[in-house]
Amino acid sequence: MYKFVLTGLLVNFLFTATAQESLLKGVEDSLPVREKVSAAFKSTRVINAHSTEMLGRQNLDFRILHRFGPLNTGVKGWFGLDGAAMRMAFDYGITNNLMVGIGRSTLYKEVDGFVKTRIFQQATGPRSIPFSLLVAGGASVWTAPSSSLPRNPAKLDASQRTSYYIQLIAGRKFSDRISLQLSPIVLHQNWVAFPEEKNTLFAIGGGARYKFSKRMAVTMDYHHAIKGISNANYDPLSIGIDIETGGHVFQLHFSNAQGMNERAYLTQTNSRDMRFGFNLSRVFKLGKKRS
Amino acid sequence: MFTFSGQHFFMRVRMTILFLLTIVCHAVIAQTRFFTKSAKVSFYSTTPLAAIEAHNVKAVSVFDHTSGQIEFSVLMKGFEFEKARMQADFNENFVESDKYPKAIFRGNIKNVHDLALNKDGVYRAQVTGVLTIHGVSKTQNAESLFTIKSGVISAASELIITVADYNIKTPALVADKIGKTVKILVNISAYQPLSQNN
Repeated sequence: MYKFVLTGLLVNFLFTATAQESLLKGVEDSLPVREKVSAAFKSTRVINAHSTEMLGRQNLDFRILHRFGPLNTGVKGWFGLDGAAMRMAFDYGITNNLMVGIGRSTLYKEVDGFVKTRIFQQATGPRSIPFSLLVAGGASVWTAPSSSLPRNPAKLDASQRTSYYIQLIAGRKFSDRISLQLSPIVLHQNWVAFPEEKNTLFAIGGGARYKFSKRMAVTMDYHHAIKGISNANYDPLSIGIDIETGGHVFQLHFSNAQGMNERAYLTQTNSRDMRFGFNLSRVFKLGKKRS
Repeated sequence: MFTFSGQHFFMRVRMTILFLLTIVCHAVIAQTRFFTKSAKVSFYSTTPLAAIEAHNVKAVSVFDHTSGQIEFSVLMKGFEFEKARMQADFNENFVESDKYPKAIFRGNIKNVHDLALNKDGVYRAQVTGVLTIHGVSKTQNAESLFTIKSGVISAASELIITVADYNIKTPALVADKIGKTVKILVNISAYQPLSQNN
C-alpha cells in the first residue's frame, strides 16, 4: 500500500512537472479567431477607381493627382509633361467603415465629392466572408464658364453642370500578393455633350494588384461602358506602380484617361494615347490620441 | 461489478486514493498560479521624423509564484496603431503576422520569493527570459515592478529591444522613420488566481 501511494505521488509530481513547462497551455484560447482581411490595396483608390480599402477612423488623406499630356507628343511636348491636369483632394475617415472626400480638378474646374461605406469586409476563421463589399456614391459640378466646356454649349445652369454616380465595389484579396475587384457603376449626367450620349451610363470596372515586394505593387484598373456612351469615347485603362514609403503612397502610372473623377474618366477619355500620371497620398491622423 | 468482494473493494479504494492524490497535487500547484487575458503591451519607436506607438490590451500572461516562471503571449494583429495604413504595414511588411502570429515571452523571476503575496507592498523583480518575435528568440532582461495590494497582484515592466535582433528589416525608404530600438511597456492591472477550470 505504501509503495502504491509513493508511486502515485511520484507519477503525479512528474505529471505536474511536465505540465509546468508551458504555463500558457489551457489559458490561451486555442479556438481559431476570426480575422478581417485588410490591405488588399495600398490606397483607397486602385489608380482612378475606388478600391476596397477604407481610411481608418479620424485619418485624413491629402491627395494630389497629376495627369500629363499624351506620351506621343514626343520631344516637342516633352512626352506630355508640358501639359498637366491636376486634382487636389481631401478624404476623411469618419469611422473605420465610412469615409467622405472632396476634390477639385483643373479640368473644367470640376468640383467633386463622395461618400464611401463598407457593407462587409472579407474575413477568415469562424464566420468567414470570402470578399469585401463596399458602396460609393458621389456628385460633381463643372464650375468653368460654359464656353470652355466640351462642345462649347450655350450657357448651362447649375443643374445641367451636375452629375451623380453610385458604384458597388466587390473585391477579394486572394493572397498577400494578388487582389482583384469588380465595380459596376451607374453615372447620371444632367447634360450630355454628344447627341448619341445617354444621360445615364452603365459601366463595369475592374481592378487588380500584384504586390511584388514589401513596398511595391503593380496595379491596373479598367472601365468598360456597357450602355449610353458616345462613340468618341474610349474605355479608360490605367497601369501603374504603387510605392509605399511609410506615410506616403505614390501611385505612378500610365493611363489614357485624363479625368480624375468618375464622370471625367468615364465620359471624357477620347483617345487611346497613353499619358504619364501620378497620385500622391499622405495620411494624417486627426483627433485626440487614444491610449 | 459492484460486489463487495475483498479484491474489488480494495481496487476501488486504490482508485479513489489515486484520484484524490491527483486533485491534491494539481490544486497545490494551481493555487500559486495567476493569469490575465487583459495585459496591456505597448511599444514606442521614436525618431526625429516620426513617433510611432501601438497598443495591445489583450495579451495573455501566466505567472507561477512557486517556481517564478512567467509567460506572455501576444497576438501581433492585436496591436492598434493610429493610422490604419501603418497597422497594415506593420503586420504585412515588418513582423509578417500571417507567418508569425504571436510574440511569446518565457521567463523567470529570479527573486520571486521576495514577493510576499500576503503583504501589501511594491516589489522590484528581475525577470530574465526568452522573447520570441518574428520567429527569432532572444534572451532579454527586464526590471519589473510587482505591486500587491490586499491580495491583488499587478505588475509593470519596461524593456528595450533592438529591431535588427529580430530579423525585422527596415527598408531604406522608411529607415529614418523607424527607430533602431523599440521600447516595450507591459502593464498588468490585476492577475487572477488560476484554478483548474481555467
